[in-house]
Amino acid sequence: MAEAAPSDHHSVGLVTAESADFSGPFPLASGESLPAYTLVYECYGALNADRSNALLVCHALSGHHHAAGYYDLEDPKPGWWDTAIGPGKAIDTNRFFVVALNNLGGCHGSTGPTSTNPATGRPYGPDFPTVTVPDWVNAQAALADRLGIERWAAVVGGSLGGMQALQWALSYPDRVGATVAIASTPRLSAQNIAFNEIARQAITADPDFREGRYLDAGVVPTAGLRLARMLGHVTYQSDDGLREKFGRAVRTGDLDILQDVQFQVESYLQYQGKSFSRRFDANTYLLMTRALDYFDPARAYGDDLVATFAAMKAKLLFISFTTDWRFPSARSREMALAALRAGREVSYVDVDAAQGHDAFLLPVPRYLEVLGTYLRGLEPNP
Amino acid sequence: MTLRPDLKLIAAMVPEGARVLDLGCGDGALLAWLAEHRGVRGYGIEIDEDQITRCIDRGVSVLERDIDEGLSDFPTDGFDVVVMAETLQAVRKPGTVLEHMLRIAPRSIVTFPNFGHWRCRLELASAGRMPIARHLPHAWHDTPNIHLCTFADFEALCAARSLTIYDRKVVNAHYESTWAMNHWPNLFGTIAVYGLSRPGA
Repeated sequence: MAEAAPSDHHSVGLVTAESADFSGPFPLASGESLPAYTLVYECYGALNADRSNALLVCHALSGHHHAAGYYDLEDPKPGWWDTAIGPGKAIDTNRFFVVALNNLGGCHGSTGPTSTNPATGRPYGPDFPTVTVPDWVNAQAALADRLGIERWAAVVGGSLGGMQALQWALSYPDRVGATVAIASTPRLSAQNIAFNEIARQAITADPDFREGRYLDAGVVPTAGLRLARMLGHVTYQSDDGLREKFGRAVRTGDLDILQDVQFQVESYLQYQGKSFSRRFDANTYLLMTRALDYFDPARAYGDDLVATFAAMKAKLLFISFTTDWRFPSARSREMALAALRAGREVSYVDVDAAQGHDAFLLPVPRYLEVLGTYLRGLEPNP
Repeated sequence: MTLRPDLKLIAAMVPEGARVLDLGCGDGALLAWLAEHRGVRGYGIEIDEDQITRCIDRGVSVLERDIDEGLSDFPTDGFDVVVMAETLQAVRKPGTVLEHMLRIAPRSIVTFPNFGHWRCRLELASAGRMPIARHLPHAWHDTPNIHLCTFADFEALCAARSLTIYDRKVVNAHYESTWAMNHWPNLFGTIAVYGLSRPGA
């Protein structure tokens, strides 16, 4: 994928991260609370006079607040959703004031397991409380208050980010105009949870994990994180996508004498795992996958998805990808039909894309066209 | 916004404030018009990518799906009216679709082109070729229309499945009604708009 240079007029250009401190206690779904917390975030575009054009971008498992633009002129890579966010792009910063943040429990600047626990003076590590999607949304609401945003024109996210978008419409029905959930699901399947558990076991079985207190010991469970990411990465890709990208191509060795053979796909996965293990915190990975597993908004509505959507006020857009087997099209279709039955304004698009779950981060033309068209049609606040 | 003539005929049959499901809603023109002029809350079902984008562009709720994959997950009595304009002839199981439509709503409005029109009959009889006409513009090998029928065929199907025809409007390709087609609809009508209700209704 070609990446836009900072000179690209469809880029938001140079951006800076900001941070907001909140004094607690901040109550969590688990019953625990955080004494105080910090959220890091970025904003793109300008808030209009009646503050009706704010759009919240929620990140997925490994995302963060740096969703678009560049930090400096030497920055080799833009933010993680630069394909979608910028002037004239699907999430048009000429039109919307876009806010992206790093969620509570993250490892990119917001309070999380790597932050200092005021009670001990040492990193929280495994003592960081369990956080859930509703907790994240509550923290995002506190940030919205701080920014003077009473109501989001839209809350948008892919995968775990889509779950937050849905939760917003449930937790704060009067504060969301439209919910856009891309490649998302109303709950994880047993297979999804199983994959998450294997990833967690890979991390906790690493001798350097030290029951989560690796930072105190000055080590990092990189081997475990690497494995967890490799496994996750396979589930984000489709069979077709991997075949197109790598096939059975051999990178090193000789298949005729079966010596030192390394397939391209192996080296690719190893690279992905390695680079991830350098920049991601193991405790955050455990916490985020748990938040995924626990997400099940219909539970509070007698497992009735129609009743769940009936409790919302926002209009909804669901987008899925035909080769996504992590959160397959059937899940989005199920949500769309439940929203229809609940009488919500709802649209659903199933985009034909070979890239599997990861397609939501990629420049798939039809996907970005639908997203852009939908967002263009949103009315500002009444 | 002016409505296409065939959609105008359908719109006239939709009550104020109805909940409408439009199967094969195209660019969403009917639903947008009904929402604006009749206070209708509607949803479209469509399979064509560009048409879906047009629906979204005009603010019409649209769900991408293939009618042939079934309608069984749509709720019984979930709507007041189900509309299917110029789509019946393109579905795999027209009878099953009609039955589902009348399960989902007590009333259905269906339009389709008449294969029994005299021009079609003449072309088949004289030239021995599958007819191509304004209301049937596709060559036989390149048509979405896999279940063409005549008005008489359709009415026979409705009778066999005990579906009640409560209204029928027959028009020509310009969506006008004439004296001849009122007397011999199956010979002179090109398009019919049928209002269907449940058995015994």
